[in-house]
Amino acid sequence: MAAGVATWLPFARAAAVGWLPLATKIMPKPPVEKKSRNDEILFVNVSGLRFQTWKNTLDRYPDTLLGSSEKEFFFNEDTQEYFFDRDPEMFRHILNFYRTGKLHYPRQECVQAFDEELAFYGIVPDIIGDCCQEEYRDRKKENQERLAEDTEAENATDAPLPPDSTRRERLWRAFENPHTSTMALVFYYVTGFFIAVSVIANVVETIPTWPIKGSKKDLPYGEKYSLAFFCMDTACVLIFTFEYLMRLFAAPSRCKFMRSVMSVIDVVAIMPYYIGLVMPENEDVSGAFVTLRVFRVFRIFKFSRHSQGLRILGYTLKSCASELGFLLFSLTMAIIIFATVMFYAEKGTKGTNFTSIPASFWYTIVTMTTLGYGDMVPNTIAGKIFGSICSLSGVLVIALPVPVIVSNFSRIYHQNQRADKMRAQQKVRLARIRLSKKGTTNAFLHYKEEGGFQNRDGDGGMFLKNRSTFEHQHHHLLHCLEKTTNHEFTDELTFSEMCMTESIGYRTSRSTSISSQQGMSTSCCPRRAKRRAIRLANSTVSVSRGSVQELDTLQVHKPFRHQSRSSLNARTEDLKLNCDDRDFTAAIISIPTPPANTPDESLSPSPAFHSILRNSRSGSFTHETVKISSL
Amino acid sequence: MGAVVGTLAMQSRQRRPSRDKLDDELELSVVCHRPEGLEQLLAQTSFSKKELQVLYRGFKNECPCGVVNEETFKHIYSKFFPQGDASTYAHYLFNAFDSSHNGSIKFEDFVAALSILLRGSTTEKLQWTFNLYDINQDGYINKEEMTHIVKAIYDMMGRFTYPALKTDTTKHHVDAFFQKMDKNRDGVVTLDEFILSCQEDENIMRSLQLFENVI
Repeated sequence: MAAGVATWLPFARAAAVGWLPLATKIMPKPPVEKKSRNDEILFVNVSGLRFQTWKNTLDRYPDTLLGSSEKEFFFNEDTQEYFFDRDPEMFRHILNFYRTGKLHYPRQECVQAFDEELAFYGIVPDIIGDCCQEEYRDRKKENQERLAEDTEAENATDAPLPPDSTRRERLWRAFENPHTSTMALVFYYVTGFFIAVSVIANVVETIPTWPIKGSKKDLPYGEKYSLAFFCMDTACVLIFTFEYLMRLFAAPSRCKFMRSVMSVIDVVAIMPYYIGLVMPENEDVSGAFVTLRVFRVFRIFKFSRHSQGLRILGYTLKSCASELGFLLFSLTMAIIIFATVMFYAEKGTKGTNFTSIPASFWYTIVTMTTLGYGDMVPNTIAGKIFGSICSLSGVLVIALPVPVIVSNFSRIYHQNQRADKMRAQQKVRLARIRLSKKGTTNAFLHYKEEGGFQNRDGDGGMFLKNRSTFEHQHHHLLHCLEKTTNHEFTDELTFSEMCMTESIGYRTSRSTSISSQQGMSTSCCPRRAKRRAIRLANSTVSVSRGSVQELDTLQVHKPFRHQSRSSLNARTEDLKLNCDDRDFTAAIISIPTPPANTPDESLSPSPAFHSILRNSRSGSFTHETVKISSL
Repeated sequence: MGAVVGTLAMQSRQRRPSRDKLDDELELSVVCHRPEGLEQLLAQTSFSKKELQVLYRGFKNECPCGVVNEETFKHIYSKFFPQGDASTYAHYLFNAFDSSHNGSIKFEDFVAALSILLRGSTTEKLQWTFNLYDINQDGYINKEEMTHIVKAIYDMMGRFTYPALKTDTTKHHVDAFFQKMDKNRDGVVTLDEFILSCQEDENIMRSLQLFENVI
């Protein structure tokens, strides 16, 4: 748990007095302080620079080096101070973090050196305060990019595919990353070449050839060498069709692929050919057919697969669409206004070009963009006056928005990048907060399962993780709350399991020892009764009933268990099973407890369910919960 | 063209109110509170000098302006109960701590309440608890107030409990409480009934002794 919340724990514990009259059971004993709690001033010597601070200040963050017992490794007995051979300038910031709860990033320091210091002192860089957060991230990103460029230059090969990918996956990958295999590269260049050939053919076939002797009309190349061009076109279209079909086959999600921009461009590029094939040589339809041939120019857009720059341009245009649209709208307004004015001003002139308002649009556009073709000119004085106003305002209209658009481009572009980054960071941050919350809960549940509620001495202590005083007290507080409400904290996994098994409705008979447990509410699920009733204690009935079967398949469940603990479990389990020890309690639970002497019936556990084992000691008000899953 | 000019003008207009707000905020944060002297607090509470020093250092670190408002209070208290929602109970706690009912807890209120809770006699502790439960401060605890308090406590447990919380768990708990505390069965619990019933219950008496060494 972060922040100076540790200082408020005493208050939260004192406030627990408010729960007492509601509690139906007695509160657990508070943890015993091992040493006196007098606050003292600590001396910290960092490369000669001496810092002094209260011990409480450092204890605020028990999961860092200075807040935990790790600093004892650096304690110098002779001078009675903690000595660190690190950068004293950086240490100032680190210590300020303990004092104020906010970590600031010193702008004049190298970001990597800062990171190293943080790593040494066990502080996570995410705690950097909002004031310095952006600067830190920018510098870090810069640094990483610089490093990444160097490493990328060294090895420009992509990661190899997993060995068990299907042909389809390999094909898709070859299409998307042409650099992965030679075949893909060859295909990539071939298609690029054919796109270029196709586009050039489209362009060349309209060029008029030299006129043949005796014929008046200039034939374009396309009609003179129509067969050659037709063959070339066919070849290109065949290649494009083949490529499109292969991509369609290899795509992981065909619907998504068909809706993507590139595939639409592909289709539009090859459709005219096929439509031309099926359409009859009809005079009426050939007009429309000619129009279709225009679409062949879309083949040039196929180059965007080959060019990263085109893709980025397309993306930025898309993201800037609203600004562009607004600009177009205001331009349209201006054009309409001026066209109307010019039309009515020139209406009286005989033989005027301004035949209608739409016809005046052309004049307005040409004048406002300062093109001035001169095919339409006003003749009246009023027309000339308004014409000059139009051209003057045209300069303004065109000149003003261009920088706005350009700055909008860069602003929107960078904003998009930053927004995406921040969203990703926010997700990470939220996930980390959730994780830390879960961590606290998990720590408490973990502590419960290890039977931390009993006063133990000697070898029992080695099974408990080394916890700080703060954790002790916090767990005691949570335990008090459990006792008040007569319910226990569990985690999401167990809760959902419980709900599942409740719905299955497995019914078992209850153990008689339930009544011996004081005041526990026995209302809810029958599953729970079954679980509580499973006793694998020294009752021989349980042994003979095939519990051995279960014991063989017993495993420790939770994934976040201490590694050492599960190995410990396995060891004691093997040991005990081999010795044929009757004391199965000790075999299954790694905590050495004296055998429970409550005689009770045991139930043959169904192998398909998770079971919770509970040992109750007669005469004691505490109990421990150990969770074991049986396969 | 006019649109462009219009948008530029709009932007300048928007900037002005935010600057005013910033000035207001600066003024507010300067208001601060200093507690009474150490000697006076020593006389009023049953803490030692060192304990008061430790308490004040922690308090001042969290709230440099010397007062805790309800939002901060709720935020801090919720940190201790990550699984559930501690804001309702923190609200009732805040009202119990804020003896002068002005919406903020000063260091004196804080220390006074802690003194009762940790070093007071059992009667004083029970009195404080009664004060906590009596939401509207009319001298009686009725079923509705108790239901609110119990629900707030169960909210702190969160969703994932074992056994699972049912819809009438709260009601059962409240009924059990009234069964025990309401001696004359008039539907409300007075201070005397409360203290008497608690003194009769051994568990409660024993638990009250547990929190002596918190500081």
